[in-house]
Amino acid sequence: MNTSNDYKEQQKPAWCPGCGNFAILSTLKKALLDMNMEPHQFAIVSGIGQGAKLPHYLPCNFFNGLHGRSLPVATGLKLVNHDLAVVVVAGDGDCYGEGGNHLVHAMRRNVNLTLFVHNNEVYALTKGQASPTTMTGKLTKTQPFGNPSEPLNPLALAIALDCSFVARAFSGASGLPFLQEIMKEAINHKGFALVDILQNCVTYNKKGTFHWYKEHVYRLEEDYDPGNRVEAFRRSLEWGEKIPTGIFYRNDRQTCEQRLPPIQETPLVNQAVFSLEAGQEVNNFY
Amino acid sequence: MEYTIRVGGEAGQGLVSIGSVLSKMLSRSGFHVFAHQDYMSRIRGGHNFYQIRFANFPVTASREKIDVLLALDMETVDIHRQDLNTGGVIIYDAAALGSQLSGQEFFDVPFARITEEKSADRIMVSSVAVGVVLGLFDLDIGLFAKIMESTMEKKGEEVIAKNIAVAQAGMDFVEKNYADSNAHKVVRPMTNGQMLINGNQAIGLGALLSGCKFYTAYPMSPSTSIMEYLAHNAPKYGLIVEQAEDEIAAINMALGASYGGVRAMTATSGGGFALMTEGLSLAGITETPIVIAEVQRPGPATGLPTRTEQGDLFFVLHGGHGEFARVVLAPGTPEEAFYLTNKAFHLADKYQIPVIIQSDQYLADSEWTFPGFDTEDLHNEDFRLRHQALQEMSSYKRYASTDTGVSPMAIPGASRHLVAVDSDEHDEDGHIIEDAATRIAMVEKRFHKKMPLIRQEIAPPAYIGHQQAVAVLVGYGSTSGVLQEVCSHLAEKYRIGMLHFNEVWPFPLLEKFDYLALLKQAALTICIENNATGQFANLMRMETGFEFTVRINKYDGRPFLVDTLLGEINEYLQRL
Repeated sequence: MNTSNDYKEQQKPAWCPGCGNFAILSTLKKALLDMNMEPHQFAIVSGIGQGAKLPHYLPCNFFNGLHGRSLPVATGLKLVNHDLAVVVVAGDGDCYGEGGNHLVHAMRRNVNLTLFVHNNEVYALTKGQASPTTMTGKLTKTQPFGNPSEPLNPLALAIALDCSFVARAFSGASGLPFLQEIMKEAINHKGFALVDILQNCVTYNKKGTFHWYKEHVYRLEEDYDPGNRVEAFRRSLEWGEKIPTGIFYRNDRQTCEQRLPPIQETPLVNQAVFSLEAGQEVNNFY
Repeated sequence: MEYTIRVGGEAGQGLVSIGSVLSKMLSRSGFHVFAHQDYMSRIRGGHNFYQIRFANFPVTASREKIDVLLALDMETVDIHRQDLNTGGVIIYDAAALGSQLSGQEFFDVPFARITEEKSADRIMVSSVAVGVVLGLFDLDIGLFAKIMESTMEKKGEEVIAKNIAVAQAGMDFVEKNYADSNAHKVVRPMTNGQMLINGNQAIGLGALLSGCKFYTAYPMSPSTSIMEYLAHNAPKYGLIVEQAEDEIAAINMALGASYGGVRAMTATSGGGFALMTEGLSLAGITETPIVIAEVQRPGPATGLPTRTEQGDLFFVLHGGHGEFARVVLAPGTPEEAFYLTNKAFHLADKYQIPVIIQSDQYLADSEWTFPGFDTEDLHNEDFRLRHQALQEMSSYKRYASTDTGVSPMAIPGASRHLVAVDSDEHDEDGHIIEDAATRIAMVEKRFHKKMPLIRQEIAPPAYIGHQQAVAVLVGYGSTSGVLQEVCSHLAEKYRIGMLHFNEVWPFPLLEKFDYLALLKQAALTICIENNATGQFANLMRMETGFEFTVRINKYDGRPFLVDTLLGEINEYLQRL
């Protein structure tokens, strides 16, 4: 049985005081504790960005790779060891920008991965440029006359692609118990799970404060049916005055791992390192 | 005794099936075979050819002149008739090509009519063509029957029987109608059937036999047939083959799989390698083993997608930002490709580095015969920390400091020990650091400690020829075969030798073999490369200060052929 002591910080987080990442980190630890997950039973894969530093701040296996490239690394890892829970932590720039192509194909491929996107609608680590989710018109040092592009809707994108699990949560204090539940559901879900986490940025997103979000977010109704894809798509389009949170969509389609014959019984990493039978392959060239 | 058969036509006319069946039959008959392909980047139309040279002595390159031209269209006749040897024959179907050609070299075979007479499908004209070649060289149709039985198994007995019947009809037609049935005498070597394999298959086979468990790539000519070969064998040998959305994903997936605890590989050509360089650098700092095959085609950019060049040597040596240890291997033959792929996996795991196998379209698609590969010569050792050895450790640090710079590499999830890897500069635990002392320690670990050890593993170049050579021919990678042939021709007249490098980075030490002394004593040193700038010659100068007296560069997208290269080198020799 592990205790909260097992998840004590190893490193001092390099985040700004008041950053929403602190709440996401503590909620993830609580979710893992609730699930009785031991640190060695999972791995966190991340890219580069403020949120991507997260695996350094809790005991876990981790691969903190390149900006935008966390999903392919996680895919390779999960396919060779499907007994290991693999969580991907990314930011909006990291995952929706630099790694956008990988996101599209990860949803299509449906490897059993859990993706948490720390969505603060800004590039924070590089000091405040517009990200794929930044509102149109926002003034930044690289968009001095206002961001000319419209923001990406990650949930609508995911539902359109029949992503196996699609949710949104809010990392302000009032949203944390719900975030914790959604995190657990997402990790337990068999298939690719996207959780877009609305987060403040105390330094570069003065409008998107916890207070602002608190005023605008609400939970999807108790009787909401996440099995209805069309309805899920409709609700994913709600943004602005009212922002829904919760599990928008889920399906139980086959995972990539279930389609690969070599790993139906034993994870690849636990199979014989060198196959003796492979030697006979030479005979096929005569 | 040697003959060259060239099968030419449009893409989609079945010339690859004719060519590959002929190569296989000839190698199974015990002949030494060398076959290469010349094709355009299109699925239908255009002009392609498949050239097969067979002999009762080893052959390692293609020749200009041909003995049999199997022309599936008029363009083939127009382009290649000038290459016909005296006494050679051009086989064509006058009715199908709509033109009766005059000249004693022409032999009109009504492929289409023969196929129709046997009420066989039009696609089977390929088998008639094979039958004609069988008849011409008086080969055993049983060989063809066996190949049909194994490759056409799924199509059913009727299809197999029809193919054999039309091939027999082709053979009979030659016997009845060819002027001199003894024109093409063959002398079978006293060997059993030989192994026939091309460069890409050899890399795939090498990977399978080296315990590669995860292969991922994005299709790109001319590397794709490695993926085709491995995908075909994946279920049988417990291998995962995943087609990535791009080359960036491919290398990152392979790194994720390697971190997860299995041997992983990817392959591409120059353009894809350009996308992989970011991940290559990631392999460098995270010290994650990976094998990358870079099968070159002429660039820049899209270049000539289906043709050959050695234009990416400096690219694979320097690709990737920052400084880190890497190995570059450049096989010269499919046999070398097989063993060097094994060595690539071995070195990648042993030193936790990226290892690049550099090949090119010429080697990738060329079929060679060999008596066999000895799997006993493979070096397979598991360097990962797993099972009990891992569980019994009292503590674990992924980047623990060691004398060799190589830290124990544990499997994440296999014990309570956590495996932490970072693309940022990191400490022994894998956590982000920015202090100068740790940075220096990590650079020394990754580069200065490992590199001298890796360098010791690199084999010296192979030297064939006179010990006091007046002239030395030098090359690396796929030019090995043609250099061997040219050298043995010239050895009758000159004190000559050839020096071939197939492990090019780290550059081979002189302690094992002083190739520099050998070069310095020669009056004529020629570096022969399939590129415009002489990258290998430049590398040699960079590493040793040696400057070749002559550089021969070919950058038309085609491989060196024996006779033209021979002529060119002869000119230099005559001036000595």
